[in-house]
Amino acid sequence: MADHTPHEASTGPDGEPLVVETDEDRRRVERRSGQTLPAVCFATSVVAALALAVVYAEGGQNQAEGVLLAVALGGIGVGLVVWAKRFMPEGPDTEPRGRIGSTAEDRAAFVADLETGAHTFGRRHLLTKMLVGAVAALGVAALFPIRSLGPRPGRGLKSTPYRDGVRLVTEDGDPVRPDDPGVGGVITAFPEGHVGDETAQTLLIRLEPGQLEPEPGREDWTVDGVVAYSKVCTHAGCPVGLYQEQRGELLCPCHQSTFDVLHGATPVFGPATRPLPQLPLGTDADGNLIATGDFSGPVGPGFWDINT
Amino acid sequence: MSRRHRPDRGSRVGRTARWFDDRLGVARTGRTLLDKIFPNHWSFLLGEIALYSFVVLLATGVYLTFFFDASAAPVTYDGSYAPLQGVQVSAAYNSVLDLSFDVRAGLMMRQVHHWAALLFLAAIVMHICRVFFTGAFRRPREINWVVGCTLLVLALGNGFAGYSLLDDQLSGTGIRIADSVILSIPVAGTWISSLLFGGPFPGTEIIPRLFIIHVLLLPVAIIALLGVHLGILVRHKHTHFRGDGATEDNVVGERVWPTYAAKAGGVFFLTAALLCLLGGLFQINPVWLFGPFEPENVSSASQPDWYIGWLEGSLRLMPPWELSLGDYLIPNPFFPGVLLPGVTFLLLYAWPWIEAHFTKDHEPHHVLDRPRDRPVRTALGVATLTFYVILFAAGATDVLAVTFGVSVNRIVWTFRTLALVAPVAAALVARKVCLELQRRDGPPEPLPDEAEPVADEPAAVPS
Ligand code: FES
Repeated sequence: MADHTPHEASTGPDGEPLVVETDEDRRRVERRSGQTLPAVCFATSVVAALALAVVYAEGGQNQAEGVLLAVALGGIGVGLVVWAKRFMPEGPDTEPRGRIGSTAEDRAAFVADLETGAHTFGRRHLLTKMLVGAVAALGVAALFPIRSLGPRPGRGLKSTPYRDGVRLVTEDGDPVRPDDPGVGGVITAFPEGHVGDETAQTLLIRLEPGQLEPEPGREDWTVDGVVAYSKVCTHAGCPVGLYQEQRGELLCPCHQSTFDVLHGATPVFGPATRPLPQLPLGTDADGNLIATGDFSGPVGPGFWDINT
Repeated sequence: MSRRHRPDRGSRVGRTARWFDDRLGVARTGRTLLDKIFPNHWSFLLGEIALYSFVVLLATGVYLTFFFDASAAPVTYDGSYAPLQGVQVSAAYNSVLDLSFDVRAGLMMRQVHHWAALLFLAAIVMHICRVFFTGAFRRPREINWVVGCTLLVLALGNGFAGYSLLDDQLSGTGIRIADSVILSIPVAGTWISSLLFGGPFPGTEIIPRLFIIHVLLLPVAIIALLGVHLGILVRHKHTHFRGDGATEDNVVGERVWPTYAAKAGGVFFLTAALLCLLGGLFQINPVWLFGPFEPENVSSASQPDWYIGWLEGSLRLMPPWELSLGDYLIPNPFFPGVLLPGVTFLLLYAWPWIEAHFTKDHEPHHVLDRPRDRPVRTALGVATLTFYVILFAAGATDVLAVTFGVSVNRIVWTFRTLALVAPVAAALVARKVCLELQRRDGPPEPLPDEAEPVADEPAAVPS
C-alpha cells in the first residue's frame, strides 16, 4: 500500500471521470494511527496456524483443529475488513451504467448478417430437411447406450422370491416356528436363501385367537394366530417397523402411515393408500413356517402399471 | 516495501501488469473490472456468502474424495470405533468411518463440508428472497434469474446426492423414499428407477453412480452456471437502492479495487472461519450412530437435511389419495413429491414474466424496490415462504408429537389446516404492514433525475 499514488481521474469509455478521489479518501489512505487492530488480527492468524500444525503433529484433535483453523481464517478476515474500513477509499463512487442493448446500426447489421446466412441455408429445402432428420436420428441413436444402465423394470416390482413351500427364516437364517413370535411380538423374516432381500422382508405377528378378522379368501392364511404381512410400506417403501400391540396397528416411522393388523393391514392413517400385502402361511413336515404362495399383491410403493 | 519508484521501470505490480498486457492485451478489460462498482447494502452479501460456501465445499470436497470409497462391496469394519467392530458394512460406509475416526483432520473436513452445504443452500435461498422482494429479477435480469433458479435446483440435487452417498441408515432411507417418488412418475417412473439403480432398489450401482453425479456432473454444471451468473452480473452491473445519488443510469457503491476487494476477501475468510468453527465444534451427520443401511431396519425420528425438509413435510401431510386411470395408477407420492416441486419451480422460473404480465411493466429497472412499495408482490412472497416453512416444520411431525405429548394424528391435521390457512393470513398481514410502513414513512424518495427531469431526453430508459 506504500506504493499507492493518488489515482489520476480515470475516464470511462465516454470520457467522463470514473473515479473522483476525495480529500477524505486521501486522508484515510495516508492515516498513521489505527494499525494495531488489523496487525493483531494477522498476528493471531499466524499463531493459530502454527498451533494448528502442532496439534496435527501431536496426533490431531478435531475440535481443536476446527477452532484453530477458524481463528487462522477469521484473523485474516477481520484484519482485511478493518484494514479496508480504516485505510481505504470509502466511496460512494459512481460509474455510468452504460447501455445494454447495442446501437441501432450494430443491431441492424447483425440481424442482416444473420438473416442472409439463414436465407442461404433455407434455399436448400431438401438439404435442410435431410440435415434435421440426420441430427434427430443421431439423437435417438445416442439414447441406446443409456438403455444399458439398467434392465427393463421387471417382475421384481410385482413379485418376490416367495413360492409355495418356501421356508421363512430369520435375519440369521434360522427357520421360524409358529410359536417363535411371542404374543404381541413381531419377527422380521425372509424367504430362505434371500435374507436381506428388500422386497421380501416380512413381518410375522402373533395375534390372540379370534382377534384377526381375515379378509375373504384368506381364512387359512395364518398358522396358530401368526399372520404375515409385507414389511415394505406401500407409501414410500420404508420398513413398517413399529407394532403397537394394544391397538393392533403397525406404524411406519417415515411418514406415520398406520395399518390395521386385525383387518388385512388396511391403512387407517397417514399418506399410504394400499394395505400391506399379506403372505399366506403354512407349516412343513418339521413344523417350520413356510409360505404357501407369494404375497397377495405387489409389495412396496405404487407405480404406473402396478395393476396390469 | 519502498516508496521509491524507478521511473523507467515502475513498481513491481506495474511491471507484471505490463508483461501480461504485452501478451494478452488485458488492460482495458482489467481496468473495467478494477473500477466495477459494488453497492454497499448488506443484502448484497448473501449471494457472496453462497459463492464462498461453494469455494469451501470444493476445497473440502476434493479432500474427502481422496478417502471416500464409492462402492457397495461388503467389508467387515475393523477400525477404531468399537461399537461397529466386526459388523459387515459397505465399503462406502467403511471408508466414511475410517475418515471420521482414523484419518487426522478427517472428521473436521467432513463436518466442515456438511456445514458448508447447509450454509450454501441457506445463502442461496436468502439471496433469491432478496432478489425477489426487491424486484431485482426485472428486465434486463430475467436470464440471470433463470440461471439462478437453476443453480438452486442443482445445489439441492447435489446436497441430496452428497448425503446419500454415505450408505448409513438415514441416507439409505432417503434414497428409498426418493426411489418411491421416482416410481410414482407416470409411464416412465419404473424405467427411470431401473436405469438409475441398475435394477431394483437398492442394488449395488447407486452409490458409485451418485458419487460421479455428486463430484463431477453437478459440480461442473454449478461451476459453469456460476460463471454465466457472474458474467451476466458484470455485464448488467449491479442493481442498487435509492439514495446516494443512485439513478437508473449509474451505479453507486464502492469500487472493486482496492476497497471492495479487501472487504470481499475478508468476508470470504470470515465465511470459511465460521464453517470451520461449526465443523470443529458442532457434530453433524454422525453416521456411526445411525449404523449401516439395512433395508429392514427402522429409523424413526430421522430428518433429512434442512433444504429437503419441505418435501419430507409435503409427503407427510398429503392425504391418502391417489389417482387410478383404468388399469394404471398415479400413486400418492407423485403429488407431494413430483407435482408440488414441479409447480414450485415452474412458478419460480416464470415469475419475472408472470409479474411483468400483470403489472404491464416491461421497462428495464436498475433501482431496487423497497418491499413495502410492492405490497402485492411482498404479500405473495410472504405467503409462499409461509407455506414452505409449514411444510418444513411438518417434516418433524413425529418429533413434535413426542415433544408436545400430542398424537401424531392431531399434529398432522393441525399442519394440514395451517398449510392452507396460514399463507393467506400471512399474506394479509404482510400487505397491511407494507401499507402501514408506506403511510408512516411516506413515498420512496424520488430519484435525482426524476426530481429534475431533463428537457427532451427521457432519463430512465437506457436502451
Ligand atoms: S414410507 Fe411409510 S408412511 Fe411413507
